[in-house]
Amino acid sequence: MKHVANWALNAASARGTSYADVRVVAQRNRALATKNGKVGSASDAESVGMSVRVIVDGAWGFAASSELGRGAVEATAARAVEVARASARVKRGDVRLAPEKPAVAEWSTPYEIDPFSISVEQNIDLLLRIDTELRAVSGITLAETNLNFNREEQWFTSSEGADIHQTKLSTGAGYAAYAFAGNEIQKRSYPNSFGGQWQNKGYELVHELKLLKNARRIAEEAVALHKADQCPEGTFNLILDSSQLGLQIHESIGHPIELDRVLGMEANFAGTSFLTLDKLRKMRYGSDFVNVVADATQQHGPGLGTFGFDDEGVAAQCTPIITNGLFTGYLSSRETAHTIGEKRSGGTLRAEGWNRLPMIRMTNISILPGKKPLSLAELIASTDHAILMQTNRSWSIDDKRYNFQFGCEIGWEIKNGKCVRMVKNPSYSGITTEFWNSMDAICSRDEWTLWGTPNCGKGQPQQVMGTGHGASPARFRKIKVGSAFQN
Amino acid sequence: MLKREQAGDIFDRIRKLSTADEVEVHFSGGDFALTRFANNTIHQNVAEENRVVSVRTVFGERTARATTNKFDDDSLRQVVKSSESLAKVQHPDPDLLPVPDAKEALGSERESILVPSRHFEETTNITPEIRAHGVKRIVHVADHHKLTTAGVFSTAESFEGIFNSRGLSQWHIQTLAEISISMMAGDSSGWQKANFPNVANLDPMKLAETAAQKALDSAHPRELPAGKYTVILEPSAVLDMVGFMFFDYSGVAILDQRSFLTGRIGKKIFGDNITITDDVSHPLQTGSPFDGEGVPRCRVPLVEKGVVKRVVYARSTAARMRKSELRDTVGRIESTGHGFPLPNEIGEMPLNIVFASTDQPRTIEEMIRSTAKGVLVTRFWYIREVEPFEKMLTGMTRDGTFLIENGRVQCGIRNFRFNESLLHMLSNVESMSMPSRSSGEESFDMVVPAMKVNDFNFTEVTKF
Repeated sequence: MKHVANWALNAASARGTSYADVRVVAQRNRALATKNGKVGSASDAESVGMSVRVIVDGAWGFAASSELGRGAVEATAARAVEVARASARVKRGDVRLAPEKPAVAEWSTPYEIDPFSISVEQNIDLLLRIDTELRAVSGITLAETNLNFNREEQWFTSSEGADIHQTKLSTGAGYAAYAFAGNEIQKRSYPNSFGGQWQNKGYELVHELKLLKNARRIAEEAVALHKADQCPEGTFNLILDSSQLGLQIHESIGHPIELDRVLGMEANFAGTSFLTLDKLRKMRYGSDFVNVVADATQQHGPGLGTFGFDDEGVAAQCTPIITNGLFTGYLSSRETAHTIGEKRSGGTLRAEGWNRLPMIRMTNISILPGKKPLSLAELIASTDHAILMQTNRSWSIDDKRYNFQFGCEIGWEIKNGKCVRMVKNPSYSGITTEFWNSMDAICSRDEWTLWGTPNCGKGQPQQVMGTGHGASPARFRKIKVGSAFQN
Repeated sequence: MLKREQAGDIFDRIRKLSTADEVEVHFSGGDFALTRFANNTIHQNVAEENRVVSVRTVFGERTARATTNKFDDDSLRQVVKSSESLAKVQHPDPDLLPVPDAKEALGSERESILVPSRHFEETTNITPEIRAHGVKRIVHVADHHKLTTAGVFSTAESFEGIFNSRGLSQWHIQTLAEISISMMAGDSSGWQKANFPNVANLDPMKLAETAAQKALDSAHPRELPAGKYTVILEPSAVLDMVGFMFFDYSGVAILDQRSFLTGRIGKKIFGDNITITDDVSHPLQTGSPFDGEGVPRCRVPLVEKGVVKRVVYARSTAARMRKSELRDTVGRIESTGHGFPLPNEIGEMPLNIVFASTDQPRTIEEMIRSTAKGVLVTRFWYIREVEPFEKMLTGMTRDGTFLIENGRVQCGIRNFRFNESLLHMLSNVESMSMPSRSSGEESFDMVVPAMKVNDFNFTEVTKF
């Protein structure tokens, strides 16, 4: 693909660009799903294309095409320049990029089993066995399962001399059991809701998840929810399981720290942020127990936000975001780093596929586990009265990332250190910084899981991105519970 | 852009490469460009072209799909091979029907729907320079009012087509131009969005001035307590709420018992003033006139005067429902041309929603004048389903929320979170405007009115 990039860079340079980069991307996806004993989706998709990003007259232009012939590539580069010149008509200042030593590198996701090497028959057999197990429970009216594999190979080249070849692999798997009775539909999912668990890993993830082993329990819980009491309303102490805490992090930490949001660049769609530049290293984001990092390095784990280099050639890094409760870091890019006094980008510019403009996205935004050994069982045992909530069912937050409301699939009331009853339709709400400042305990490493959110939406035109969120179960004091159902 | 004749040639090549009993090929793609602005500057500006071919092969009762965006011989050979390999290992689906031919797709009971052209050269002629000029004028409005503006101006030309081995051939081309504008003051904001196939129908200055006025009028917002209020919802706010129920107007959703309409078809669940149709031919609608198998879309009355009349069906869903124990409880069963491309597990969905006007439509100004105390909502944001059977939704107000007192807009107010059931909301609509083509962010474009709704449940207030 080097020749493709060179055609584009030369065509751009000839038209007076001060900077240009080219991404050639080849994607492959396999998606399999079953529903109530039948295969639903069965598809194999590939998409190949290239895009050119340029700066001309101090303004950005971007163009993308699925055609990789020389004429088409040069025309795409020319189109990017035309777009940039139009951008320059409405600007207030020139684009300024933080310097980055151009990297020449190869990187690929480590894996043990190539998921595409597993036969489709084996995939379907697994899904249907899970389906059978789910529907063996009386009261289950709908069972859904899914397996997804993605490979993305990218060649990044820039006019500064960067030349990076990266291959990322991801695997996703999960299922949901629904029980409809009377005037209620209850649902339980495993290992997580809305598509399951996703990591940048091979098929070994599917073995690790023990999907079949948990199916009956999950189905039984879906049915049992019908007989459970409605989650009480009021102010309670709250324990969130690891997966729900992962989503809480995504919505109320990951998004507000995106520097482009803070700078107003997402105002028309995804919104802005309650964070302002002056709050960095001054604002108490959470209690002393709250330590959050944005870590794209492989050492952090095989999260959906793990890579070798971002999509403008900056190496993966770890940025402390919240340190003992103090707000200490933003997600930044080459264009935005200077606004927070940084000399280098934080390496978070990412794009979905070949035809989308890279923008600041979460990498792996994770809360660090507690240093002292603490299991979930021990956390529960140390709690007088609380509601434990597991597995997300609904999520909503305002456009500055302040007021949120989450609903979960299942809850448990804890009294005197024991789970005493199951509760249904649990929900909770709050204000971001008040919530994080109420955290008074977090479980340790043994309870920590690096969850994957495969479909975070942002940008215009919209694009989706996989993000990772590591979390252990944690406890929060005096949280408003049940607000979704107050009447 | 791919032309129909070119697609036909590609289909012929694919068919020759395939050993399957049946072949169905989808084509999609086009040219898309978007100029994005923020802080009164164009900060992102993109252009894209793409063409996709998606091949479904059928061996008896087994089917699968493979997709590529490469059209050379090797790539077409590979995509056929992928589809066939995947199809041969599927479990047989006894509900799988043969691909339709053109005559069968029309059906004996189907009325012929004429869809107006949705392709305009005025839109295809828009260049990056013209979009930049449009943004410049929007920025001037912002500068004039001392506001900060953000938004998009986009244009698209797209195609969609289906060919199959029984001779069915469908093709649709369309253009779409869209402008979305946010205007921001120190502690307030306003928003407007519109799109049409013909860019000439867009009035960027009117959108800019309206958004600006909302930002100015909602400055220094007061905080009201949470509670139940009479609300006047502008069309985008209505659209983004009601959009959450249309996935349930599906035969498969009824069969799967995941629809909130289970046990409710034929029953009155909304107010008398709610009548909803799916109508791809409506002059204010967009989209292709055929579904994922090439079956032409019917006009389907979904709700009449609050009574749920029908749901939509793909071909095989209709066949399944006719054999189901639910068949006598779900109204008319027929293939309506709303199926998603096969294979899928979700069946079908209405995508061309049109709300009927009432006998006495009211303008938003008239609704405001008739309101002793209430809240005017420009739009909602981050709506999610909390409870599926009562269709309880949660979300936030955004970009222009106002207190109405004694028939007048008094001031801006801090944004609310709501938790409200669509069943309750659509049973408490006091008055509606004439429906108009509207666009939001949480659901697809529709023809919907503004609505004055009583007892709307705001449960919390945010900090701005």
